Amino acid sequence: MGLENTLFESLPDVITVRLDAVVNWARKSSLWPATFGLACCAIEMMNSVSARNDLSRFGAETFRASPRQADVMIVSGRVSRKMAPALRRIYDQMPEPKWVISMGACATSGGVFDNYAIVQGVDKIVPVDVYIPGCPPRPEMLIHAIMMLQEKVMNESVKDRRDTIENESRRSIVPGTLPVTIGTESETAAKTAPTRPYTVASRHEKRRSS
Amino acid sequence: MADTKVLHEFVERLKAKNADWVTDFKDTRGEVTLIVPRTSIVDVCWFLKAECDFNMLADLCGADRGPEEDPRFEVNYHLFSTKHFNRLRLKVLLSDDEPNVPTVVGVWKTANWHERETYDLFGVIFDDHPDLRRILLPSDFDGHALRKDYPLRGYEPYSLT
Repeated sequence: MGLENTLFESLPDVITVRLDAVVNWARKSSLWPATFGLACCAIEMMNSVSARNDLSRFGAETFRASPRQADVMIVSGRVSRKMAPALRRIYDQMPEPKWVISMGACATSGGVFDNYAIVQGVDKIVPVDVYIPGCPPRPEMLIHAIMMLQEKVMNESVKDRRDTIENESRRSIVPGTLPVTIGTESETAAKTAPTRPYTVASRHEKRRSS
Repeated sequence: MADTKVLHEFVERLKAKNADWVTDFKDTRGEVTLIVPRTSIVDVCWFLKAECDFNMLADLCGADRGPEEDPRFEVNYHLFSTKHFNRLRLKVLLSDDEPNVPTVVGVWKTANWHERETYDLFGVIFDDHPDLRRILLPSDFDGHALRKDYPLRGYEPYSLT
């Protein structure tokens, strides 16, 4: 990443330790969440920025419509298997440093939806920093989670995010999930697996989107 | 109880046109259902649309009676008329070995997505459909989810349990 690499090339460690505090303070004080409402938890997420709960007291009220301007992805609700590639793509589009909050029972573990359609825990797709239980969690719980995330951010060091994070995040795809990146194991498996005659892919299905 | 006299007239006209078009005919609780052989479904639909003013396909859906049944699959066509406000149900029965039925996209364009959904969830093949691919489930999905013998958590390795 730009900031971390430049810092380490130009500055001695003694100064960097102090910089940790400054950089982390700046990061935690303006966490910009990506607008990513998936289900009923999203209603609570909206409520947490409303007048009554006022998430802006903690510097995280600026929900961005573009993932390229966001720091935190709040996965609020159940993630369907069809949504999984889109979610991963939005995560990939977010610039470093980035964090993920898994909001609610469904995002955390699939919740009551223990079936073929729902991803059993969003941590199979993206690395999660804070899990929130509840169905749905109250806005106070989301605010608490953001404050926990802020504590986590304060304990980070800019050393931790040097360059390795990109590779780590790409490896977090579990085999067997949807092929969201070209060349994953599940993609090659899908090509070789025998299909039934009535599941032959049409030409549209064969056309692979990026 | 709804008055189904008009619908009975339509059925009589259908039978007069071609006796093979209607294999069975039910009138229960004011709802009229026709069992139609699959080869003639398009002709029946054209006739009902052109001659009987059923200008709207309200719904097209599949049903799985279970893997032990024969015929196993149903395809239901729910017709509605905005002229005389009557509803009519057509039913095509399909076996597990050959779940093929001609498409009615040529009759009502809305059948396009309905047939894709039925194909997606039941595996019914609509012959000559212009764009028969999955619509609800992901394109790499294995199997058809609403079949009775489909496991709730999906097939390996798609299921992560």
